[in-house]
Amino acid sequence: MNKFLLTASAAMIAVAASAGYAAARDQIQIAGSSTVLPYAKIVAETFGETFPNFKTPVVESGGSSGGLKEFCKGVGENTIDIANASRKIRDSEVQACAEAGVKEIQEVRIGYDGIVFATDINGADWALTPEDIYKALAAQVVVDGKLVENTSAKWSDVNPNLPDWDIAAYIPGEKHGTREVFEEKLLVAGCEKLGGIEAAEAAGLDKKGAEAACKAVRKDGKAVDIDGDYTETLARIDSNKTGVGVFGLAFYENNADKLKVATVDGIAPSTETIASGEYPVSRPLFFYVKKAHLGVIPGLKEYVEFFLDDQMVGPESPLAEYGLVSAPDAERQQQRDDFAAGKTM
Amino acid sequence: MTDVTFNGASVAARPARRDIGLKRRYAAEQRFRLYGILAIAIGIFFLFALLFSVVSKGYTAFWQTSINLSVNFDPKIIDPQNKRATDPNVLLTANYPVLARNALAEKLGVETSNRPALRQVSGMISDGVRTQLRNIVVANPSIIGTTQNVWVLASADVDSANKGQVDLSVDQARRKVSDQQVEWIRKLDADGAMVQRFNTGIFTFGASSRPETAGMGVAIIGSFYMMAIVLVLSLPIGVAASIYLEEFAPKNRLTDIIEVNINNLAAVPSIVFGLLGLAVFVGFMGMPRSASLVGGMVLTLMTLPTVIIATRAALRAVPPSIRSAALGLGASRMQMVFHHVLPLAAPGILTGTIIGLAQALGETAPLLLIGMVAFVVDYPATPLDPATALPVQIFMWANEAERAFVERTSGAIIILLMFLAVMNLAAIFLRSRFERRW
Repeated sequence: MNKFLLTASAAMIAVAASAGYAAARDQIQIAGSSTVLPYAKIVAETFGETFPNFKTPVVESGGSSGGLKEFCKGVGENTIDIANASRKIRDSEVQACAEAGVKEIQEVRIGYDGIVFATDINGADWALTPEDIYKALAAQVVVDGKLVENTSAKWSDVNPNLPDWDIAAYIPGEKHGTREVFEEKLLVAGCEKLGGIEAAEAAGLDKKGAEAACKAVRKDGKAVDIDGDYTETLARIDSNKTGVGVFGLAFYENNADKLKVATVDGIAPSTETIASGEYPVSRPLFFYVKKAHLGVIPGLKEYVEFFLDDQMVGPESPLAEYGLVSAPDAERQQQRDDFAAGKTM
Repeated sequence: MTDVTFNGASVAARPARRDIGLKRRYAAEQRFRLYGILAIAIGIFFLFALLFSVVSKGYTAFWQTSINLSVNFDPKIIDPQNKRATDPNVLLTANYPVLARNALAEKLGVETSNRPALRQVSGMISDGVRTQLRNIVVANPSIIGTTQNVWVLASADVDSANKGQVDLSVDQARRKVSDQQVEWIRKLDADGAMVQRFNTGIFTFGASSRPETAGMGVAIIGSFYMMAIVLVLSLPIGVAASIYLEEFAPKNRLTDIIEVNINNLAAVPSIVFGLLGLAVFVGFMGMPRSASLVGGMVLTLMTLPTVIIATRAALRAVPPSIRSAALGLGASRMQMVFHHVLPLAAPGILTGTIIGLAQALGETAPLLLIGMVAFVVDYPATPLDPATALPVQIFMWANEAERAFVERTSGAIIILLMFLAVMNLAAIFLRSRFERRW
């Protein structure tokens, strides 16, 4: 009995080791942004149903940075084919990719996503501006042309039109691509309007340092980093009815009976206002394809083409229904043409 | 000295009892019992709170709203150009959802010219109907042209509304089901055309972005593969290591160091094993990502210390007299171990192994790094194909935005808890059935 088990396990290890090297992968592997994840899942599932001769792609989560890190591990069957990202790939990441042998990367922009501020459904109406958000959540604020420690405790301290609530904001953590958009479009924008850049430069910082000073979020517990997904943010707002959370538009639309959305610069977020560019806080969503894997992994080319088809990302597609903001017609066509032409970064 | 005089005096006068603090000691015992009962009560309270919250949220996941439709498999819709005899792709790519939509529209009395209403009718039926009807037609093409009674899944939003999980008092623009659809749901309910049926799909379907067609099939198979691999690898390796250490190895500093390290290894956080697996199995040995084989090997590393510790304890529990008797009758040490000690230690070893397996079954962290926290739709045919695991599926569903995934998350927890309970029951059964006392 024991002899049998020993032999069996030895055989098993041998088989496993040899098969691991020999088996060719016939399934697309994708990883990355949790914002893009639901869209990638819908496309992957429909792709599997529409093309019975290809296997359904495997989609992992892990955040934009995590996905791109896996993506840049190298070329080969045990590396992923596509990285989803809710921000543009960084130069440092392109460099890391090139060093690992991933020299040709094709960038695909699938559409846009809005970032919304929402409170509990029974709360008051909110009208925010980037300046308010900067003044409430930045580590340092501008007072008389100088950057000083942020001490505001209530939203009404920041702007008398806002409710008399203690500041408690649940913002995306550092590993999320959303964080970058939050910093760029709200903190830096608000900082600029209030003259924070000049104030920082006057204090002896260079341009980069000044932006970093604007971006820094206060660390006194009033702005809470959420490293999980939006469900965690929703749970925080459920338990703290006077909290303000940052969500993706799609998540908000799926939970509109629990959340009340704030306007930014007087514009309420919706697919229309984001597509037209009126709503200020939106960002493009991407995925990155390893060109070396095209033609090697079965179905990879077809998957990307299927993703870019109007029946997937058009204005009346399942992705748009879930909450993706479709790019204008010309831009979608441009993406299809670029991919077909094999344009790399 | 005062004691002596006091005692002496009392003995002479009357046999007074020495104060030995009896009252105080009884009170202390009473208090301690109270603390014990309190501790158990707290534990039981939290256990029941957990079970109550999981079961009360999750039991509805095992029931799924279905709609009974008499679907007319209209050749004009399935095959408008009538070339299915020559082109097999026609049957695969036909517009099946329209068949179901038309059937439901007819049942609800909606005109086929009323486009906005038709869109709402489509929204009542799951998109999974495409594959469902396609499979019916592909399996039996002669069905085209006939009318059949088919149970189709309702869409997740209708399902949630039908189960009363959507707050219908808010304005209809803020929820996913419209007032019109709610009215239809009530009508279909009254007609008996919409009923909640047992949800077999939650056990058989793979992952899906649509809650109503999402299931734990891939996760169950993935977990099964991993458990099989963990069992096949960790039991022989663990038992061999412990027999050698316990029965053959000399007791010196080296074996002491090994023993300490094994005990420490048992306490290493599981995510560390995931990092190791990513670097060694996927990176260095080039094994496929997301495969249950890699997952099983990582979990084996995690389970081995538990198995070794349990096995050594079981071996040590066999009385030395058994060993002496075997050796005294002329058995070799090898015969002594395999004929006498190991069979007596077997129940303990099996119990330890099953508990180690149960631990491995509930592990998510190490699987995160080797790519098993993923959206996998297709069943894994071999342990080399991408798969997920039961706790991973719970984690994935907990992060979904749709309301209908809330109940499914709790439903998945119930399924995982049942698997764990079965494994622990097996451990108890083995122990009571085979345990020997000396």
